[in-house]
Formats: sequence, structure tokens, C-alpha cells
Amino acid sequence: MDFGRLFVIAISAIFVNNFVLARFLGICPYLGVSKKWDSALGMGIAVIFVMTLASFITWIVQHFLLAPPSGKYDLTDILQTIAFILTIAALVQFVEIVMKKAMPDLYKALGIYLPLITTNCAILGVTLLNIKNDYNLIESIVFGISAGVGFTLALLMMASIRERLESAKVPKVFKGIAIALIVAALMSLSFTGFSGLIAE
Amino acid sequence: MKVLKIIKNGILSENPVFRLLLGLCPTLAVTTSANNAIGMGLATTFVLVMSNVIVSMIKGFIPAKVRIPAFIVVIATFVTIVQFVMAGFLPELNKSLGLFIPLIVVNCIIMGRAEAFASKNNTFLAAVDGIAMGIGFTLALTLIGGVREILGSNTFFGYLVLPQSYKPMLFFILSPGGFFTMGVLLAFFNWISSRKKEA
Repeated sequence: MDFGRLFVIAISAIFVNNFVLARFLGICPYLGVSKKWDSALGMGIAVIFVMTLASFITWIVQHFLLAPPSGKYDLTDILQTIAFILTIAALVQFVEIVMKKAMPDLYKALGIYLPLITTNCAILGVTLLNIKNDYNLIESIVFGISAGVGFTLALLMMASIRERLESAKVPKVFKGIAIALIVAALMSLSFTGFSGLIAE
Repeated sequence: MKVLKIIKNGILSENPVFRLLLGLCPTLAVTTSANNAIGMGLATTFVLVMSNVIVSMIKGFIPAKVRIPAFIVVIATFVTIVQFVMAGFLPELNKSLGLFIPLIVVNCIIMGRAEAFASKNNTFLAAVDGIAMGIGFTLALTLIGGVREILGSNTFFGYLVLPQSYKPMLFFILSPGGFFTMGVLLAFFNWISSRKKEA
């Protein structure tokens, strides 16, 4: 196993190609759930959890159901989108049920974010990128975790800025989402500074 | 009369991008040029209209509990059709939109309209709503794409705007420029609607 390569995948997903700030995936929760630090943290952890599981399961779906190793058939083009989104929806539902029974405290903290995750394009994005980049199972899981960490990092930074913005004097027309987008632009600009970190 | 109201709703008063703030991921990601923006807008419009029509037809015999997965399957089917058409007839556009074509599935506008409008109205009104929302989305995307393309690469639909000696601001076609343009345009539309209220 090549730990160097895994490290590069992780750094690249967290900083260089941050899912929110460079790839524009998961903007809806990034703007919607970033008003308070606590809810941002809850959402972030829920996303990391589901992303990791989804990377694992969709990899298996892709390599054993859609395009099995025997090479007899290849349904990737026709069924990939449908199969992946259904897998994610079922997975989220399953996680919700298990969490409710086994970990009621955690469910109380994260439960309300779980249904939102199905339509978070970052999740479907991770799983599709895993296949597109030809990652093996371990690499897919590492990519899933680090994409989630990158998302959480951006979300937490945004939440802590927006908590302070509440008391700042913002021009009336920029109140709310508009100023959040300007903040996101500045944040994204500073993240472009990471782009020299990895030689492609 | 109702038809006119739905159309006005979709394009202006409930514009999916600037009023409802739905579907922001593709809005920011593919608007590096007006061309990409229109392509994305039309692809989304197609999926939106077709899924609205089908959802309004099957609303009677889908149990409420499984309606969301059912909607997802309908939407994903039409997205797959779009993927094939794009790959077959518009390979260049397909390449520049890339990952964001399969991601139309999770565009909240489509799910939102299926849930909020199509599952409560008849097929004709649902189709009108899909078209109106789609046009509203396409116009908003083209506006953002146009601004970013003119400022960021000094072209509009690929045609040169200012003489070559003018150096375009690369910032606008990079990702920070997307957030910035969207933020300023949003503030601009807030300003217009606040003026209307005062007048």
C-alpha cells in the first residue's frame, strides 16, 4: 500500500480542491446550516460519516454490480446515476434507523441533518469522483473521509465568521446570504493559495 | 390567468436562483461562460419539465411514504437521458459541464418543484411551472455566466468584447469570482425589490 498516495489524496481533497470552496459541491448546506457553530458542527460530522460509508458502498456497487470483475456486462453509463442516488438515499435512511435505536443521544444531535444529506450534492459528487478517478477501495474511503473533513472545515470557518457578522454593520441590501457569498469569495480566494501545495 | 401568474412566478417573483436560492451548486460551478450557463440551464429545464409532468401524473397512486424515493427515480431517469444526449450530440459541452450533469439529480429546484407544485397540481399546470422555473433558472445562470465571461475572459458567447489589448480579470472565472459575482448580483436584486416596495 502506498501511504504517500493516500496522503496526497487527503491533502488535495481537504485543502487544494476543497469541495465547497474550489469544486462548488455542497453549497446549499454551506450557506443554509452555517448560521450557528453548533449546528454547523453537527452537520459536518453527519456529512463525514455518510460520505465515508457512501464511498465504501458505492465502490462495491460499482465494481460488483454495475461492472463486475468478470467483465460480462457494463451498465455504468445507463444505471450509475440512478444506482448511486438510490444507494445513498437508502444508506441515509438506514443510518437514521440504526442511530435512533442504538445511539439515541447521537441521533438527537445529528438526526435532523440526516434527511438533508440525501440531496447534498457533495455526497453524490464524492461517489462519482471516486469512480471517475479510478480509486481503489482504500483510496475511495480516504477520499470520502477527507472530502467530508474539507467540507466541515469550510462550514465551521463560515459559521464562526457569520456568528460575528450578526453584530456587524452590513449594508441593508447585502444582509443575509449576499454577504455570506462575499465572505465565501474571500475564503475561496485564500484557499487558492494552497494550489501550489501539490504538483499535479 | 393562472398560467400567466405561474410564468411570472417562475421567472421573476420566485426566481429559483435569486429569490428561492435553490440549486446554487451548478449556478456557481458552471457559470464560467455564458455558453456553459445556457447549456446547463436548458438541461435542467428539460429534466424539470419532464419530472414535473410525470410526478403530476403518478401523484394519485404513489403512497405518501415512498414518494421521495419515487420522485428521485423519475428525476434520475431523465438525467440519464440528458447524459446520453449530451455525450452523443454535444461532446464539448458535456466535457466542460462534466460532473455537474449527473449532479442535476440532486439539484434542489427539481425535487423542490416536484414536492411543492407538481404533486399538488394537474399535469398542464405542472408542465407550465416546469417551463417557467426552467426559464427563470436559465436566465439567472446566463446572467451570471455572461458577467463572469465578460469580466474574466473578455468574451461573450465566445466573441471578443473589448480590443485584445485589454487584459481580462482572471479572478472572475476562478472559483472565488463565482461566489463574488453571485453575492453582488444578489445584493443588486435585493436593492431593486426594496426600491419597488418603497415606491
